[in-house]
Amino acid sequence: MRALIARFSAFYGSNPLHLLGTIAAWALAGYVVAVLGPQALWNPKVWWQSIGVWFLAAVVAHDLVLFPLYALADRSFTGAFAAVRGRWTGPSPQVSPLNYLRVPTLAAGLSLLLFFPGIVQQGQSSYVAATGQNQQPFFGRWLLLVAALYGLSALTYAGRLAVAGHRGKTTDTHIDADNTRTQSQ
Amino acid sequence: MVPHSGERPDEDDQAHDATDAAYGFPAPLWRALERHRPPGIGLLQRWRSPLRGPWLTSVFGSVLLVGLPVVILTGLLSYIAYGPQFGQAIPHDVGWLKLPTFDWPSRPSWLYRLTQGVHVGLGLIIIPVVLAKLWSVIPRLFAWPPLRSIAQLLERLSLLMLVGGILFELATGVLNIQYDYIFGFSFYTAHYYGAWVFIAGFIIHVLIKLPKMVSGLRSLSFRTVLRTSRADTRPEPPDVDGLVATDPAPPTVSRRGALALVGGGALFVAVLTAGQTLGGFARRGALLLPRGRSRGEGPNDFQVNRTAAAAAITPADTGADWRLTLRSPSGKMLLDRATLEAMPQHTAELPIACVEGWSTTQTWSGVRLRDLAARAGMPNPARAIVRSLERFGGFNHAVLQANQVGNPDSLLALRVNGVDLSPDHGYPARIIVPALPGVHNTKWVRSIEFGQP
Repeated sequence: MRALIARFSAFYGSNPLHLLGTIAAWALAGYVVAVLGPQALWNPKVWWQSIGVWFLAAVVAHDLVLFPLYALADRSFTGAFAAVRGRWTGPSPQVSPLNYLRVPTLAAGLSLLLFFPGIVQQGQSSYVAATGQNQQPFFGRWLLLVAALYGLSALTYAGRLAVAGHRGKTTDTHIDADNTRTQSQ
Repeated sequence: MVPHSGERPDEDDQAHDATDAAYGFPAPLWRALERHRPPGIGLLQRWRSPLRGPWLTSVFGSVLLVGLPVVILTGLLSYIAYGPQFGQAIPHDVGWLKLPTFDWPSRPSWLYRLTQGVHVGLGLIIIPVVLAKLWSVIPRLFAWPPLRSIAQLLERLSLLMLVGGILFELATGVLNIQYDYIFGFSFYTAHYYGAWVFIAGFIIHVLIKLPKMVSGLRSLSFRTVLRTSRADTRPEPPDVDGLVATDPAPPTVSRRGALALVGGGALFVAVLTAGQTLGGFARRGALLLPRGRSRGEGPNDFQVNRTAAAAAITPADTGADWRLTLRSPSGKMLLDRATLEAMPQHTAELPIACVEGWSTTQTWSGVRLRDLAARAGMPNPARAIVRSLERFGGFNHAVLQANQVGNPDSLLALRVNGVDLSPDHGYPARIIVPALPGVHNTKWVRSIEFGQP
């Protein structure tokens, strides 16, 4: 029996349970589509308002749009800081500003991602019908939130710089990226 | 310390040799696939973060393993709360995906407020963790060869159910709670069936990956990680899945910092969200959500769900000629508002909680539904059908269960917070039943029919 399972695993690439489970999952998903009706996945009048399109677009939007964008942005930040520091001739900053930029940027981006319908006033008529109000305040509120996030980060950074400056160069409060490995070896 | 760059690939290869070098059937196909690397794939594989690795992925995974089932179950409970036994749950005909139905309780009064508040609130709060989890495993998406066996083919395809499912559910949910119906299809239908596809993908993913998650969690001590500064942060040892970067950059943040970032993101969303469910002072925190907004200080200035104008209710409909029609097997009667006001009045402080997760608690007064049932000649009805003056709209009527009619706090409310209901809140009379999904608390009531099952 053991040998049989081993031969199966070599052929299939995993244990038999893996195959059974995966088939069960696909059968369930197939049943969902069958009950929904495959035609309900596709809207022939407005193609992009289709359940099927949204399902696949969600994956594409994250894996091939959102992720590359934020990864690229982060690498640009990191690279730019490293480059600037390389050319900087003044006293070197003892605390990297990188994370003080990352955190408010991520928070601002997250709040935009989650609440953009109100911020860009999308879906106004259904919003008014449901609530009796309009979406007008949200853009301003979001801007204030962004201001608070970056402002708070700037204050914290200033505080950290002050503390680091006070302690002097003896501490290992420390620079970001690249050329820093030597000191923490 | 980062090892010398010369060492690293060897270690990696050894790790592969040890566990994963074998190809399943048909081996020549997978080998050929491996040889035909698309141009540019090497560029895509230059992952630099020193934080990625089985431990970090397992930590995010274990948070989701606890959190997502709660979101799933509370979501399914909402389907049951809508009353599928009366054909009121949407979508209606779901085949064997029909859930076990039971009479949704009317006690405690905050039950639906809790379940739906958790469903929407936790669903939003968990988004930063989902994004972090996807970030942590993204190298797998671009790994080459993508496949070494049929098992991997099936598994990677099943990830479409998992990732597509969670992103689809989050996207439709996020849009729905903000009344943005840009997707064009029925939210209820898409969110329900989408949930089942996600459940399929989630269960198989957990079954396949659970052992990896456990060993991943064991590979580093959580307490050590919490004590490790950025300067002392090292990459995890090379792993067979290629999550650990082969050429990691120096850390710009510690592992505990990354956890704090994701946790802080969740907390940030919680602060921006919880107020729509908790109400009171916290409501101000929900500053970007529709239900975080104040309408003023007056007795009727709490959140409206569907305005009288949107429901096309005219002053003529609700004026002096308005009559409530009561029907039961023993006949029909018409009551005007003065008659209703002359009946014993009951006051109850009850929350109204909507499928979008928001809720608000107010003090309602009016006639008990069971008093109306008795007046109609049917003291203990098995159910009641409530119809609105609203002519169109999917929620212009609702069926109430026996326990919902019989609860002493279930009212045909005439007043709220000591004054008459405003037109937007359902003047001349509306239903308010403890723990009932908000939209079934029919406004602008025209008739109530008490009946046997």
